[in-house]
Amino acid sequence: MDAGKRDAPGGGGMNYTPQEMMTVAAARALGSDDVCFVGIGLPSAACNLARLTHAPRINLIYESGTLQTRPDVLPLSIGDGELCEKALTTVSVPEIFRYWLQGGRISVGFLGGAQVDRFANLNSTVIGGYSRPKVRLPGSGGAAEIAAFCGQIFIVMKQGARSFVKELDFLTSLGHGRTGCERRQLGLRTKGPTLLVTDLCVMRPDPVTNEMIVSSIHPGVARRQIADHTGWDVRFAGVVEETPPPSAEEVEILRDLHARTARAHGATAGES
Amino acid sequence: MEFLTLPEAISRSVHDGDTVALEGFTHLIPFAAGHEIIRQGRRNLTLVRMTPDLIYDQMIGMGVARRLVFSWGGNPGVGSLHRMRDAIERGWPGPLEIVEHSHAAMAHAYEAGASGMPCAVFRGYRGSDLASVNGQVRFISCPFSGEDLACIPAHRPDVTIIHAQKADREGNVLIEGIVGVQKEAVLAARRAVVTVEEVVDDFGPRSTNAVILPSWTIAAVVCAPGGARPSYAHGYYPRDNAFYIAWDEIARDRERFGAWMQANVMRRGAAE
Repeated sequence: MDAGKRDAPGGGGMNYTPQEMMTVAAARALGSDDVCFVGIGLPSAACNLARLTHAPRINLIYESGTLQTRPDVLPLSIGDGELCEKALTTVSVPEIFRYWLQGGRISVGFLGGAQVDRFANLNSTVIGGYSRPKVRLPGSGGAAEIAAFCGQIFIVMKQGARSFVKELDFLTSLGHGRTGCERRQLGLRTKGPTLLVTDLCVMRPDPVTNEMIVSSIHPGVARRQIADHTGWDVRFAGVVEETPPPSAEEVEILRDLHARTARAHGATAGES
Repeated sequence: MEFLTLPEAISRSVHDGDTVALEGFTHLIPFAAGHEIIRQGRRNLTLVRMTPDLIYDQMIGMGVARRLVFSWGGNPGVGSLHRMRDAIERGWPGPLEIVEHSHAAMAHAYEAGASGMPCAVFRGYRGSDLASVNGQVRFISCPFSGEDLACIPAHRPDVTIIHAQKADREGNVLIEGIVGVQKEAVLAARRAVVTVEEVVDDFGPRSTNAVILPSWTIAAVVCAPGGARPSYAHGYYPRDNAFYIAWDEIARDRERFGAWMQANVMRRGAAE
């Protein structure tokens, strides 16, 4: 879907894209007290936007072992030299997973995937069957344990009927499980996915069933559009808010970040 | 430990059918050594690596591998590893068996190997389908708390190959920056080969806690300046992000890939 550009208030005619709305909405969910395990791409953009706007003291941790890092440009890979140079310290990969993630030191994990279901379980492994996949995706990486052991999980994904599916082809990273209540049965005390931000709306888990339901709709998006871009019968909260649009400052800082990133990588690799 | 040329080190250390780990987490990926393995025509290798990256994409595409043990098989920030996908999805140039883990599992398995343990025990794979497609993932009960814990065999590669910044004249090796799982991978292996940017009289000023592998943990040291390109060597050269982006097009097509490998790997010697 492409809703085109929309006017941002107070921006002197400044526009923003649905992708920028998504990144900004995700960034706003983070605070300065968070210790955040960051993935590459959309999560990295959102986390660094938060750091450069309202959450300057946020602790960003990348699975390459870089603790408390403050990159000037978005990394292309999880282990770019930039992350190490701007980090408080760099530890080994076994240490990052053992002491910091499994040890329960991370408050928020940011994830995405190729498919998500109504209980915010994620697939980043295969489309089709596992042994003869139609599309072989990269796989779990850190995601399976990030999903289990961060205090809570935020998911950022572009919304579409082929990615927001009734049934995952493969469950890589546990959300609330196929029944919605598996975390407790598996002995997990972390919250799991509490937020799903898309280019159309924001979803949060139903307090009883843990099904992800629409709690906020981005400006100019119709309910019908959201339903058409969701593979299950999507539900809306009793009171649905309108997502505040990106401010001129947020858009400007995000675009500066992407421009610096594109210059640094020698191509337009940066993605919101 | 002996100082060898790259062709000597590979021909002595890597044999057909071996289990081989070329490690380096985005940083210090031993490309020169991987290219030499391709040139020497090794076959039926089990390739172990957290992130196969471009080096295993190239090795798989050139037919050296029978099995791949990994946890995240993408081109970071860019997309797919097309040669790896072609092998898994269509069996080209030959069938590729996969043993798929999460990052946490791989890190723990190397650590267990370095520790002389038969297996690694950790909190992992909770609710993930990965546990059902990888026969090496088992669960055991903690004898004290009763908690279900994931258990996987330790990694014990026949040979581990890494790239590092410096060796001294005695063959001790210094690694700086993002250190990944290299120390664990070397100590887990039956034999280890290290390629380095330079051999120096003295490491110079360094932290008392620097990551140093004593010469007696290493079978061979090879001076191979630029041996990590197009990945990077902290303090020597940056990651060639533009090449990682360009690789997407090169690797997408079998013929174009073959021509690129002929021109840039097969017809070049180890020192070029």
